[in-house]
Amino acid sequence: MPLTEQEFQKLQQQAKAIRREIVDVTGWSGGAHVGGALSMVDILTLLYWKYMRLDPAQPEWEDRDRFVLSKGHGGVGHAVVLAQRGYFNREALRKFNETDSMLGMHLDYHKVPGCETSTGSMGHGLSQAVGMALGARVLKKDWRVYCVIGDGESDEGSIWEAAMSAAHYKLDNLIVFQDRNRMMIDGLTEEVMSLEPLADKWRAFGLETREVDGHDLVQLSQAIEYALQFRGKPTLILCNTIKGKGVDFMENKPDWHYGGLSSELVEKAKRSIGE
Amino acid sequence: MSKTDSTFSWTVYEADKLTQREIYGIVLKDLGAQYPEIVGLSADLAKSTKIGTFGDAYPDRFFNFGIAEQNMFGVAAGLAQAGLIPFVSTFSAFASMRACEFVRTDICYQNLNVKVIATHGGISFGSAGTTHHATEDYAIVRAFPHLTVIVPADAIETAQAVKKCMEIEGPVYIRIGRGFEPAVYTSEEYDFEVGKAIEMRPGTDLTIIATGATVYHAVQAADILKAESGISARVLNMHTLKPLDEEAVVKALTETRRLITVEDHNVINGLGSAVADVIAASGKGCAFTKLGLPDTFSPHGYPEDLMHRFHIDTDGIVDKVRELLNREFEEDEDWEDEV
Ligand SMILES: Cc1ncc(C[n+]2csc(CCOP(=O)(O)OP(=O)(O)O)c2C)c(N)n1
Repeated sequence: MPLTEQEFQKLQQQAKAIRREIVDVTGWSGGAHVGGALSMVDILTLLYWKYMRLDPAQPEWEDRDRFVLSKGHGGVGHAVVLAQRGYFNREALRKFNETDSMLGMHLDYHKVPGCETSTGSMGHGLSQAVGMALGARVLKKDWRVYCVIGDGESDEGSIWEAAMSAAHYKLDNLIVFQDRNRMMIDGLTEEVMSLEPLADKWRAFGLETREVDGHDLVQLSQAIEYALQFRGKPTLILCNTIKGKGVDFMENKPDWHYGGLSSELVEKAKRSIGE
Repeated sequence: MSKTDSTFSWTVYEADKLTQREIYGIVLKDLGAQYPEIVGLSADLAKSTKIGTFGDAYPDRFFNFGIAEQNMFGVAAGLAQAGLIPFVSTFSAFASMRACEFVRTDICYQNLNVKVIATHGGISFGSAGTTHHATEDYAIVRAFPHLTVIVPADAIETAQAVKKCMEIEGPVYIRIGRGFEPAVYTSEEYDFEVGKAIEMRPGTDLTIIATGATVYHAVQAADILKAESGISARVLNMHTLKPLDEEAVVKALTETRRLITVEDHNVINGLGSAVADVIAASGKGCAFTKLGLPDTFSPHGYPEDLMHRFHIDTDGIVDKVRELLNREFEEDEDWEDEV
C-alpha cells in the first residue's frame, strides 16, 4: 500500500528519533560509524515500520521477512532501529561497544535479537541474502529478503558475484538497497575507486534497477511498491543519500565515517536533526 | 581503545595517537626516498593503516584499490613481477583471510618480493568484534612456503621490521596491532635480526616465549614474579614466527625445562604450536603450556579486557607461570649427558 500522508508524517518523526539516538549512542560509546548509519536511516525506517513482515516479540518467527545489513559497520544505526522497534530494551544502547555488552560496533547474530547474520567484513551480506531468498523458494515460503549494501562496499568482487547469482536464479523476492552516499573511508568513491556508471552496471548484471532520493520517503516507498509487484528479477534500489544526513556539520564530510562526539557536539547534532 | 571521556571529540582522521601504525607509515615514507622501486597499495584503509603517509609523499607510487582486497594482492603480485617492491597494507583479517589465496598462490608460490603490513591483528580492534579480529592469521600464513612472518612487539620494533624486510628477497608478512599497545623498547639501539629471538630477561626457572603485543606483558610478568617470589623467568621476544629461532627454543628448553608461550591468537597453529614442534623434535621432556585463545571466536570488548579474559596479559601469565612451576614432568635419564 502506498504511503499515506499520515504515515508519512509519522515515519518522518520516527526517522528523526532514530537519528537523534544514533547521535546519542555515538556520544555514549566514545565512537561509532556515525556517517554511514545516518545515511541509511530513511530506508530502514520504511522497512521496519511499514514494509517488513515482522514480530519483534518473535525475532525467530519462521515466516518473517529477512533484513541483512551487508554494510555491517552501520550496526549502530541498525541497533537503534531494532531497539526503537521493540526487539530489545533501549537501555542496551547505553553500553554500545562495551565489553560483555550485547552491542558491539558490528552486530553479532548470537547476541542481538533481530540481527539475521553477523556482518562487518564488506561484501558478505548480499551473498547471504541471496541464500535466504533462494531458501524461501526451496521451502515454498513467501518471505522476502531486504538487503542494504554500501557503495564503497560494492568495490568487492563478491558483491557482483552475488548480484550475478541473484539475477541468474531470478530472485524476485530479494530487494537490494544501495546506500549511494558517494563516500568511503579514504574519501569520495569516484576518487578512490570509481563506480560509475553504477545504475548501468546493475542493469547489465540483470537486476531491475530504480534510482531514488534515498531520503525521500515517498520516492523510496514508490520504489519498494514497484519492487514488491515486479516478477522475474531481483530489484536494486539505488538510493542517492548523504553521508551524515541530518547533522549539518557531518553531512558530506568523509571524516565522519567514524568519530566520537563530546556532550556539547551531541546536543549540537541533535538540534540540527530537530524534533 | 577504552571509552573516551565525553569532552573528547575526534574523527578517524585525527586519531594521531596510533603509534605503531604511524611509525611504520613514516619509516615507509623514508624508505621510499631510498628505494624508488617501492610502491604502496591499500584498499580504502590508507588512513586507517597509515600507509597513506607514504601515499602523500609519493602519490605517483601509491594506489588505492577501494574495498577490494583480493584484487589488490593480485595486482601486487603483478607489480612485483614487473620489478617493483609493493608494500600492501590492510587489516590482518583481510590480508590473511579475505585475500588468502591471492597471497598464497600469486605471491608466495611465485616467491615474489611483496611486503604485507597487516594491521589491527589479533583482538586489538576490540569493539569491532569477531569480523575485525584476526586470531587465526599466524596459523594461515605460517603454512605458506617462502613467506617470512614477523610480529613486532611495539612501534620501535615495527620500524626495525619494516627496514629489515627490505633485505629479504621474497614475501614478508608483518603483523602489527592497532597502535594502542604499550611500548616495550625505548630506542632502536638493540640488535634486531629477522629469525633471531631476543632475550628480554635472563632466567633459569622457566622461559616465557611471547610475540607481538604479549611481549610487553611477558616482561611485566617476569618482573613481578622475580620481585614477589624470587622466580627467575627468562623472556624471549619471538618477533619472527617464521623462520622460527629453533636454537633459542632448544636452549631455553635445555636450560630451564619449563616453557610457556603467549600469543594474541588461537592456541591452534600459532607461536605455541611452532614451539611445540621444536620441543617434540628435540625428544626432551619438559613442562610446557600455551596461552592464547582457547579455540574460540573472540567477542567484542575493549582489547585490554579481552586480553585479560584470555589470560594473555600480565596477570594471566603470572598465574600460568605459578601453575607451570608446580607441574610434574618426566625427567629423561640421560638429560645431563645431553646438556
Ligand atoms: C573486507 C573489508 N575491508 C575493509 C573494511 C573496512 N571498512 C569498514 S567500513 C569501510 C568503508 C565502507 O564504505 P561504504 O560501503 O561506502 O559505507 P558507508 O560510506 O555507507 O559507511 C571500510 C573500508 C571492512 N569492513 N571489510
